[in-house]
Amino acid sequence: MLQGWIQIALTVALVVLITPFLGGYMARVFLDQKTWLDPVMTPVERIIFKLSGVQKEDMTGWQYARAVLYSNLAMAVMIFAIFMLQGALPLNPTQLGAPTWDTALHTTISFVTNTNQQHYSGETTFSYFSQVAALGFMFFTSAATGLAVGIAFIRGLTGRPLGNFYVDLTHAITRILLPIGLVSAIALLALGVPETLSGPVVVPTLEDPAISQAIALGPVAHFESLKQLGENGGGFFAINSAHPFENPNPATNLIQVVTMVAIPSAFIYTYGVVANNRKQAWLVYGLVFTIYVTFIIIAGMGEYQGNPAVNALLGSQQPNLEGKEVRFGWAQSALFAVTTTGTMTGAVNSLHDSFMPPGGFATLSNLFLQIIWGGQGTGTAYLFTYLILAVFATGLMVGRTPEFLGRKIEKREVVLSSFLLLLVHPIAVLIPGAITLAFPDQLAGISNPGFHGLSQVIYEYASAAANNGSGFEGLADSQPAPTGLWWNLSASFSLLVGRYVPIIALLLLADSMSRKQPVPGTVATLRTDTLLFTGVTAGVIVVMGALTFFPILALGPIAEAFQLAKGG
Amino acid sequence: MSITREISRAVRSTLVLWVLVAVLYPLIMLIMGQVAFPFQANGSILKNAQGVAVGSALIGQPFSSDRYFNSRPSTTSYSTANPKDDKAGVLKTGVSGASNLAPSNPALLDRIQGKSDPDPAKAIAGELPRLQTAGIKPTADLVYTSGSSLDPHITPEAAQAQVQRVATVRKLNPNQLEMLITQNTDGRFLGIFGEPGVNVLKLNLALDGVKPAS
Repeated sequence: MLQGWIQIALTVALVVLITPFLGGYMARVFLDQKTWLDPVMTPVERIIFKLSGVQKEDMTGWQYARAVLYSNLAMAVMIFAIFMLQGALPLNPTQLGAPTWDTALHTTISFVTNTNQQHYSGETTFSYFSQVAALGFMFFTSAATGLAVGIAFIRGLTGRPLGNFYVDLTHAITRILLPIGLVSAIALLALGVPETLSGPVVVPTLEDPAISQAIALGPVAHFESLKQLGENGGGFFAINSAHPFENPNPATNLIQVVTMVAIPSAFIYTYGVVANNRKQAWLVYGLVFTIYVTFIIIAGMGEYQGNPAVNALLGSQQPNLEGKEVRFGWAQSALFAVTTTGTMTGAVNSLHDSFMPPGGFATLSNLFLQIIWGGQGTGTAYLFTYLILAVFATGLMVGRTPEFLGRKIEKREVVLSSFLLLLVHPIAVLIPGAITLAFPDQLAGISNPGFHGLSQVIYEYASAAANNGSGFEGLADSQPAPTGLWWNLSASFSLLVGRYVPIIALLLLADSMSRKQPVPGTVATLRTDTLLFTGVTAGVIVVMGALTFFPILALGPIAEAFQLAKGG
Repeated sequence: MSITREISRAVRSTLVLWVLVAVLYPLIMLIMGQVAFPFQANGSILKNAQGVAVGSALIGQPFSSDRYFNSRPSTTSYSTANPKDDKAGVLKTGVSGASNLAPSNPALLDRIQGKSDPDPAKAIAGELPRLQTAGIKPTADLVYTSGSSLDPHITPEAAQAQVQRVATVRKLNPNQLEMLITQNTDGRFLGIFGEPGVNVLKLNLALDGVKPAS
């Protein structure tokens, strides 16, 4: 057991080690300072800006939001068209036709919103062209959209103009995602991830040559690298990072875990540099880190102890390996599961539906909180919105006008923050969840009986609304299941509401903060970069963020744990 | 800025970025893969002495007879099918998948310990009875299905538990088998990360190459 905890500890230590370097680098990129990539990328960017007609004027919050919406709409139309026409497009060695319209629509929305929830199997649904030119394209642009919104929010919070969406979008790609993605893709390739345009290889099996095995291939390495780095998580193959061609060995697994959490964790440090308050950045970093590690321990203990009913049959305590690969074991599976749900990546190297209840508790809680690193760019923005709410709450307690970074928090800011954090997510998760559960036979398609079935349904909507994309995959949510149409359409609602409403609110919030006159700090000012205040923020997160969803946790994984403990 | 200009900028940016990240980047990686790492890029395909493909070093195959080291149970039978009777089209694309059974699902226990039923179509043989009949001490990896259904590995303990059985059938010295297991074990990365696993296909290919001691 100790060996497992050591590998987990070393991996998270590596993440912390990377933070100041990557976080500082991202700050330099977005503050337009000199970086070592300038000689290569400045000419490339000049061509991009010229061809796309981008002037670098500063945008207001509303202009920035409109640019996000228009560009995302243009991308959505393009990739939807690619899906529907894939039968006539090249690079289709297995001759796949167009998917059903609702699958194509759900996939489009899911990938544009950086969620990558998949109601299909990669092998049997999308051609290489669709994977590379549509899904692989959104890996970059949806992640870069999140980073752009995140940096605009930080700029606004620190009193700067928000910047220009297209410039931020381009810089996020050319300076961050493409260079790091290229290096990690080459490493994955060298370690065994395929990169080819040939179709599946069919071989007779060794034991019985009358039976054949089909080995699915494809241009996977370049796809895989961005899948993780951009917190996308949409697998090339049905079974995602559990597939030996996506994640062949513990070395690739280490790369995948580190790359998926590298950017969202380092982005908190980027805030520290931009706000020139590294102390505050490390304090909130510590807050998130503590919850992250706690969830890893909870999930890890559950998987290590295994299923009591099966252990009784085996005659000894063995880890729960249902839906897990031998090369990853309980430790790397639990670490991956908590990291992928916390960061809104949504890739899986083991199947969350088959996790013990503590694993279900940790992964669901991650989806409810949305800040245990959180989405690309947006996770850090949510985190600082919680800080604004904490400022407001403490201001009320001590009877002072709340201020954050020397700017007064007034009605508009509080309305936007609480709307953003306290209303949107529950609406997008619980309302469709309630409708679905009201019609368990017609709509739900639950595959596991009892308390676990509730977790399956809520997990799907929480994953959609948090733009995560992982799932309790037993759920009959794909065509041609009779419940496929409902799931495709209702999840699309949660995807859109969970992505664009918060983005607009964040940008308006940043805009109004950036227009405020800074008030000089006095001894009476409530300092927000102290351990005490960070502790208060943790309390606000638990009370406001977690309690909303506690009934679900109690009826889902917690009840299931009691049921297993009493022996079925 | 007028609405048409905003839309035109959105469309043009989309197209320009598309060329960069969905055409140039994959193309560079494709060339790099085919030129610098052709073995990995094409799926780590293993070939026999005649140069015919027999499988992939990274993808498992089904083994359940006593002549071979058995692999883990798989929900897709390792993406295999009979070419003469492949109604599901498995061999057209290749598949992967998992059971997605919750720990509290009775179907999980039925699959592991078996279930008798008057209707033979509903009866389940069960992993545990199968292993007990074969004389293999059950380990977690041999009763639980894998994540991908293509897991190339079994744990070293699961391989050890099968040595006697294979040695008896093939009339081989168990020590020789122990050596083959060691040779085909993929260790932890840097001795730290992940879990050691025995590559079943490579082990069984090596097994076929060994002549029985007379």
